Amino acid sequence: MADTKQLKRVDIIFTEDCNYKDILSEALQSSNEDIVQSLLNSGLRGRGGAGFPTGMKWKFTAQEESDEKFIICNADEGEPGTFKDREILFKVPFKVFGGMAVGAKVIGAKEGYIYLRGEYKFLLDDLQKHLDEFHNVLDELNFDFRIKIVTGAGAYICGEESALFESMEGKRGEPRNKPPYPTTYGYKGKPTVINNVETLVYALMICRLGGEKFKELGTDDSRGSKVFSVSGDTPIPGIYELELGMTLENFVEEFGDGDTKSVQVGGAAGFCVPRKHFKDTIIGFEGVPTGGSMMIFNSSRSMYNVIHNYLEFFEEESCGQCTPCRVGCQQLLLGVEAVKRGDKPIEYLNELLKLTETMKMTSKCGLGQSVANSFASIVDNFKEEMIY
Amino acid sequence: MSNTQQMVKELVEKHGRERTNLMAILQGVVDQQNHLDDQAIIEIAREMDLSAAQVYGTASFYTFLDIKPRGEYVIRLCRTITCDMKGKREILHTLENLLKVNIGETTPDNKFTLLETNCLGWCHKGPAMLINNKAYTELTPEKVKEIITEIKHKS
Repeated sequence: MADTKQLKRVDIIFTEDCNYKDILSEALQSSNEDIVQSLLNSGLRGRGGAGFPTGMKWKFTAQEESDEKFIICNADEGEPGTFKDREILFKVPFKVFGGMAVGAKVIGAKEGYIYLRGEYKFLLDDLQKHLDEFHNVLDELNFDFRIKIVTGAGAYICGEESALFESMEGKRGEPRNKPPYPTTYGYKGKPTVINNVETLVYALMICRLGGEKFKELGTDDSRGSKVFSVSGDTPIPGIYELELGMTLENFVEEFGDGDTKSVQVGGAAGFCVPRKHFKDTIIGFEGVPTGGSMMIFNSSRSMYNVIHNYLEFFEEESCGQCTPCRVGCQQLLLGVEAVKRGDKPIEYLNELLKLTETMKMTSKCGLGQSVANSFASIVDNFKEEMIY
Repeated sequence: MSNTQQMVKELVEKHGRERTNLMAILQGVVDQQNHLDDQAIIEIAREMDLSAAQVYGTASFYTFLDIKPRGEYVIRLCRTITCDMKGKREILHTLENLLKVNIGETTPDNKFTLLETNCLGWCHKGPAMLINNKAYTELTPEKVKEIITEIKHKS
């Protein structure tokens, strides 16, 4: 088994033991190459779920020739079971802005945007006040950069980066074909860096800690730490920053209620891990990755209800532009209901599993592609619960 | 100039005529009159030099950009599994009984609309709901009664 870590709490994101202004002012005086190198050394990968190396994203966008570039903070946190970005924006907004400013310097952007999900509009007034203050700090530091907050309106798919650009451009939030990638063709067709809220704070904090220090945490594939959103059957639900690389067994010992049957890692788009695999499953890119969502289910829960809930979610949130996802999500939902009612035989579940494979291969974006994750991991591991 | 024309004109002047401001303008209309009616959509299209179909296409994509009439207070109860596990169904029954409406309906006095919505990001404090932009968490039937009564007495 690969190298694993014991569960360890970390305090990088929320720490009050630093002044963002000092970090920012120092970073603004560093060379772009040094900042990118430090990010690459740190091994930081995007914390929204997909896990693209942040240093590479910044480097590629910096290399593009363009009259205009943008940096965007993806605060469209909609994955079921995820709520850490809300807490980060509430508690340490200046670090988020700071990370954006450092990114703007590296890539050469004058404008940044925060795309805040509509469900978090109650954060807007305070966030705007803090932002005004931050702009004054930028003026003091003589750095020409402005951030604007825009809000979403209740569409999960807009967390997908190209759908988010479409939404910002005043269109339906339908994902684009890729390539081209945002680093060359993003918001308004210009080179764009788009990072998750948490990633931006880590980027800023790596300017302070140094890439090597961050790299000491975690494993080869999953460097550093991560903020987890823990919910479900746990006596201590909430937000925890933990070193990456622990096993699920380790996680459940800390957060479970003693009767944990399974954990859904990574939300509805993630994987369900049953008890028998807790020991040999690492939470991280080498095992099961997560944007933070950790939903714990104990033995009193019906896994049929869980997958039914996820399928209702996907069926509604599918943007509808590509057929495999639009029709696939509907048919999966109807299919599990039919098996449960006894209208279809058990073998029909295999047909549905084949359908998720097709969706994985042919859907245009991550939504349709990832339905297979939760569907296969729940149906395979809890088949009897799908029937009885 | 009709009220709608006036409202749209002000919003367009505030945010700008480029299509990148369309979301903000649509949200502005919903904030003021709780939904986007045909008149507003046509007026936005005219002001922004877009077709009404383009404006409608964008508006109809987003759950929070309601194109159906809504009450003054739009209740969106989180229906994600984690809120469900914490007693969401009891909260839903309480709301249905208090307001005498089902999901998707508006009270006859146009005060409340009851809706369900996907994950609100309060899974550690479920069940949760939004009323307009405000979040209410760790709901119990008693708490819901207090919240609704308070709003009813407001005006």
